[in-house]
Amino acid sequence: MSEMTYAQAARLGLKEEMDRDPTVWALGEDLGFEGGMAGQYKDLQAEFGTDRIVDTPISEATIMGAAIGGALAGTRPIAEMRFSDFAMCAVDELVNQAAKARYMFGGQARVPMVARMPIGIRGGIAAQHSQSPEAWYTHVPGLVVVTPATPADNRGLLKAAIRCDDPVVYMEHKGLWGASGEVDEGDVEPLPLGVARTVCKGDDLTIVTWAAMVGVAESAAMTLRAMGISVEVIDLRTLWPWDKDAVFHSVRKTGRLLVVHEAVQIGGFGGEISAEVSEHLFEHLKGPVKRMGGARIPIPFSIPLEEAYMISAEQVAEKARSFF
Amino acid sequence: MAQDQANEPARIFDMFRKMLLIRAFEEAAGENFFAGNVRGSVHQYIGEEAIAVGICANLRDDDLLTSYHRGHGHSIAKGADPRAMMLELFGRVGGTSGGKGGSMHIADFSVGMLGANGVIADGCTISVGAAQAIKLLKQDKIIVNFIGDGGINRGPFMEALNWAKVYELPVLFVCENNQIAATTTTKTVTAGDGIAARAESYGIPAVTIDGNDLLLVDRTAAKLISEIRGGGGPRLMQAMTYRLRGHFAHDKALYRAEGEAEAALEHEPVRRAEAWLLEQGISESEITNAKEEAEARIAQYVEDAHNAPWPDLKAAFTDVQDVGAPVPGAGQ
Ligand SMILES: Cc1ncc(C[n+]2csc(CCOP(=O)(O)OP(=O)(O)O)c2C)c(N)n1
Repeated sequence: MSEMTYAQAARLGLKEEMDRDPTVWALGEDLGFEGGMAGQYKDLQAEFGTDRIVDTPISEATIMGAAIGGALAGTRPIAEMRFSDFAMCAVDELVNQAAKARYMFGGQARVPMVARMPIGIRGGIAAQHSQSPEAWYTHVPGLVVVTPATPADNRGLLKAAIRCDDPVVYMEHKGLWGASGEVDEGDVEPLPLGVARTVCKGDDLTIVTWAAMVGVAESAAMTLRAMGISVEVIDLRTLWPWDKDAVFHSVRKTGRLLVVHEAVQIGGFGGEISAEVSEHLFEHLKGPVKRMGGARIPIPFSIPLEEAYMISAEQVAEKARSFF
Repeated sequence: MAQDQANEPARIFDMFRKMLLIRAFEEAAGENFFAGNVRGSVHQYIGEEAIAVGICANLRDDDLLTSYHRGHGHSIAKGADPRAMMLELFGRVGGTSGGKGGSMHIADFSVGMLGANGVIADGCTISVGAAQAIKLLKQDKIIVNFIGDGGINRGPFMEALNWAKVYELPVLFVCENNQIAATTTTKTVTAGDGIAARAESYGIPAVTIDGNDLLLVDRTAAKLISEIRGGGGPRLMQAMTYRLRGHFAHDKALYRAEGEAEAALEHEPVRRAEAWLLEQGISESEITNAKEEAEARIAQYVEDAHNAPWPDLKAAFTDVQDVGAPVPGAGQ
């Protein structure tokens, strides 16, 4: 086991996959010298060359389109978009091309690419650099959506995304780049996609969450435990497909479900989870499923306003107490 | 420094004062970023001031302007209130956008400054639409779209050039070519003969000038703007310059060759304008006074920003939309 950050772990996973498979390559802005916004590509260009870590012009549509072309032509590209906000310059390529090619072409085509687009609030970068649009992509048939929450997961899930034959929208959370955790370097296997992680076990309430809200929910669970409420926290890890079995299993046990996400609550993926659980586990529920998400406002710049948008462990604990 | 009889030293001195104000603003923005008073990212315009000032000196108050992420200088040059801008950077009440936008989204619609932009090249297409509106409303305004050299490789730049020419729209595209985009030297990722050649390929007259030469920017802008206003259609100015600082305040610019930034100081626009003014008989003490005045003004605004109140939390929920506006606490 070694301690490393979320960004370092992603770099490790990428390097391992690049070592293993010579058709894996990445393209994006400022990957060579800068090594990516958080050093997640650090020194990889020096090691693998400029054909495998490709510095691109500021041309998001072509970064995404080229990744699709590279995938159709037999390689495994990673399209680095820097911010999910800039990936919006290339939604057409992702949604109309990457997600559709296999189906439209009757199975002749596969698009084994990763569209890497960090989400979330990092502090003070306002409306066009802080969004969490993960729910958009869960709505698009053909796409896989991954949202890692820990260093170990960011290594294992990135490896899985790279090996996946479907286009994967890979959404790291910018607020987690520096978060550190244990990574077992000896275990080089990818994590399975679509399998949740139970963060802590509990009997009274299930909290389902992902990305940066995992840590928040975990600390809320600790507070609640001290108050005699036993909470099970589930980190979904993958939003499409999502681990319905794990969630259903937990809710059957606890009878209560709270879904927490940083993304805007309205139209968020919490709605889908809530609907599925309400529809299929109604008789197991001791009360209505509840959701917590962001207000339906752009992310404001000013500190107190940004804080007003964010969900704290105290708020999660308070919401959890409202079940009892 | 190019000379021109028409350039009254007094007029240039006024422009020089604006440059000093921008410089002082940017220095203060950087210092306060490091002090933790300004959050997020701060892209300083230090070393590029002559472009915004030289161009905006030839604009009318009702002319429009769109900018990119490096937008403080454009705003001040267009007449935005630097005090309100500083309050904005601090995220306070009284900021140009009430603290909701910050540095990267600095805007002052009261002076036609339609916003800096966090998304590269998006200002290009917005400018085309604004120019369509100017045409529709039968106004004789123009719009200036500032863009960095890295931005010209996004599709919207090319699409905007084409469209502006097809409809002969009143747009002045200004590419501030500081030769680098974040950590990437632009020419390593840009094919062809450069920015001006791209405009010319669409039939848009384009000029390339030394953007650190205030008088030259002024004179070139005067010509281009009068051609555009006279119905001549779009123009492009490529203003060569150098970003004296990192991409943003926290970038140490280690990708630069040693001594490069120091060498560039010799060509930087404030020194050059100052030298010209001295030649014209402006005294050392007048220059010193102007510098001290700019610094004192900005220092006052920083103090004001420190003392300004934080926005009320209710402000987070205002100005989202009219129909279906968010209700605090509802749906959560
Ligand atoms: C669409 C988009 N892609 C990427 C970025 C990230 N980014 C911000 S500034 C920058 C470099 C811009 O360089 P340039 O246009 O030359 O302007 P300069 O910063 O040199 O003034 C990049 C890549 C962005 N803001 N928007």
